[in-house]
Amino acid sequence: MSLSISHSDSFSLIEQLPILQILVPFVSAPLIVFIGNRKVAWWIAFIASLISLLIAINLLLLVNDGSIISYHIGGWAPPIGIEYRVDALNAFVLVLITLISSIVVPYAYKSVENEIPEQHHTLFYAAYLLCVTGLMGVVITGDVFNVFVFLEISSLASYVLISLGSHRDKRALTSAFNYLIIGTIGATFFVIGIGLLYMVTGTLNMVDMAELLEGKSSSSTVRSAFAFIVVGVGLKLAIYPLHIWLPKAYTFAPSVITAFLAATATKVAIYILIRFMFTIFRPSFLEELNVLDLVILPLSIAAMIIASLIAVFQKDFKGLLAYSSIAQVGYILLGISLMSERGLTAAIIHIFNHGITKVALFMVAGAYVIKRGGSLLTDLQGAGFTMPWTSTATVIGCLSLIGIPGTAGFISKWILVEAAIENGKWPLAIIIIFSSLLAVIYCWRVIETLYFKNGDSKIIVNEAPLSMLISIWIASLACIYFGFNTDTTISISDLAAKMLYLTSLNSY
Amino acid sequence: MKHHLILRVITKLLVGPIMLFAFYVQFHGDYSPGGGFQAGVIMAVGIIIYGIVFDMEHAKKVLPAWFVHKMLAFGVLLYTFTGVISFFRGKNFLDYSALSPHSAIHGQHYGILIIELGVGITVSGVMIAIYYAFGSRTSEINDAEW
Repeated sequence: MSLSISHSDSFSLIEQLPILQILVPFVSAPLIVFIGNRKVAWWIAFIASLISLLIAINLLLLVNDGSIISYHIGGWAPPIGIEYRVDALNAFVLVLITLISSIVVPYAYKSVENEIPEQHHTLFYAAYLLCVTGLMGVVITGDVFNVFVFLEISSLASYVLISLGSHRDKRALTSAFNYLIIGTIGATFFVIGIGLLYMVTGTLNMVDMAELLEGKSSSSTVRSAFAFIVVGVGLKLAIYPLHIWLPKAYTFAPSVITAFLAATATKVAIYILIRFMFTIFRPSFLEELNVLDLVILPLSIAAMIIASLIAVFQKDFKGLLAYSSIAQVGYILLGISLMSERGLTAAIIHIFNHGITKVALFMVAGAYVIKRGGSLLTDLQGAGFTMPWTSTATVIGCLSLIGIPGTAGFISKWILVEAAIENGKWPLAIIIIFSSLLAVIYCWRVIETLYFKNGDSKIIVNEAPLSMLISIWIASLACIYFGFNTDTTISISDLAAKMLYLTSLNSY
Repeated sequence: MKHHLILRVITKLLVGPIMLFAFYVQFHGDYSPGGGFQAGVIMAVGIIIYGIVFDMEHAKKVLPAWFVHKMLAFGVLLYTFTGVISFFRGKNFLDYSALSPHSAIHGQHYGILIIELGVGITVSGVMIAIYYAFGSRTSEINDAEW
């Protein structure tokens, strides 16, 4: 850093975009507490989400050509200072997070009014924005310790947010506590892994670390660091046997939070896994250890089949969706474990497509909670007639979850099957299709209760509030839109996957 | 704790020096051990020990709960806005050299003082808020709620 003073008072917005991405929601959170008015709180959260979305889209447009934006915090150059590093993968995940946030906040207005006592509203929105900040920070930063710090910010905020569901159901408290314990163990494992890597390389910058790790793949310190990181992140992203916190946390959290976390939190954890596996440890290291074939692949298959089977027998709509999320994480991990560019493309695109599908479905579940008093399948009987708009959106979401052609879910599964066959692993293609058939079964159970089990003989239309319906429909239409207009999503995921496989990384 | 005469007298004597020491740690943090985090905790200790010995309600008269909430938000805002100032001088976020027009070294110095003050305010706010939250817990959850 130069200590000379240049009186260039030029304020270039484009240059500051990476930090503004984090700052906008981060400043809004204490501002909400400082002002302390719940109506203003909602407006601040809404505007902050929209601005973040605009910034994220701008960043994506800037890196769409394969370039990398590097931002040095405090003016300290990377290997020493903290660097924010935006490439196609980051920017894509950032757009997902901010898009989901912009959809969820308008929905939150009525839903939060209904599910959370008034005195908690301002703190709810503050914690929500901190959670958004944390998730975006994890994605944007190029410094491994910074990843941990932001991961903790988002996790602590999400523990609080989940526990706020206690107003509706006291079990939210125990499930939040469960998540707190497991999440903290995960974070501890993760930071132990980072510590070991720091011991070997003496740096925390991702790119620098990747260069210094080259040729050290046989070191047992590096190997145990890798193991700690995979298990730690695995707890956060609910890899199949490490998923126990997820169903309860998602079932009892406030509907808004379930919708937001289901679409973003596990996805961000998957992003960390991809970033560590491909940018820091490099594919050659993964091949040498054979960890993807021996560990990730069997676990992802187990998730796809077992979690889908459990979902079939769920009594609660939210619980069903939660188990389906675990199964979907299996698809993404399967894509990663194929160890090919195409497989990685499938994983990245499924992160996005599953995000918008799940946000639609969990928001629908929240609408049923308000109008039907709960999300148990018995509460939903005949809702297809009393809540026609909500239920139509449910059907669209379910179709996308199954992967019917014309929906977003189809695109990612298609590429995944393609990638599996391309690798000569056709049994995997059959497993993917089998798991989709299980999805048909659990989705059919929902649709059957909605339309074919009429609770009351009289049909009185009692629709969810308009603000919620708008959000639900934006998400549902996005499921269809990204099922037809696939150019954007596929080209960006393709670019991101290519850049991850590029072994010679650009220097600063 | 009305009957604990020694505790009450000692506390009265100590609260002042504790706070003074907090300020010392706060403003000498940049070139001796200490800084905003430690100072915030020490400052909070002054209030908390007063609350423990003379009842929390008295402490709340000095620092009401709503004020503590504003404190912890204000500290973070102070920190971030210090960083934002450098934007308008054409520097990156948190580049303190932008703070002084004359000397970058002075700028760094001011920067660290101001953000440490922000950290101190937030940390003491959080500590006191946690103490209030635990101290003013209502009765146990009754059976009907489970």
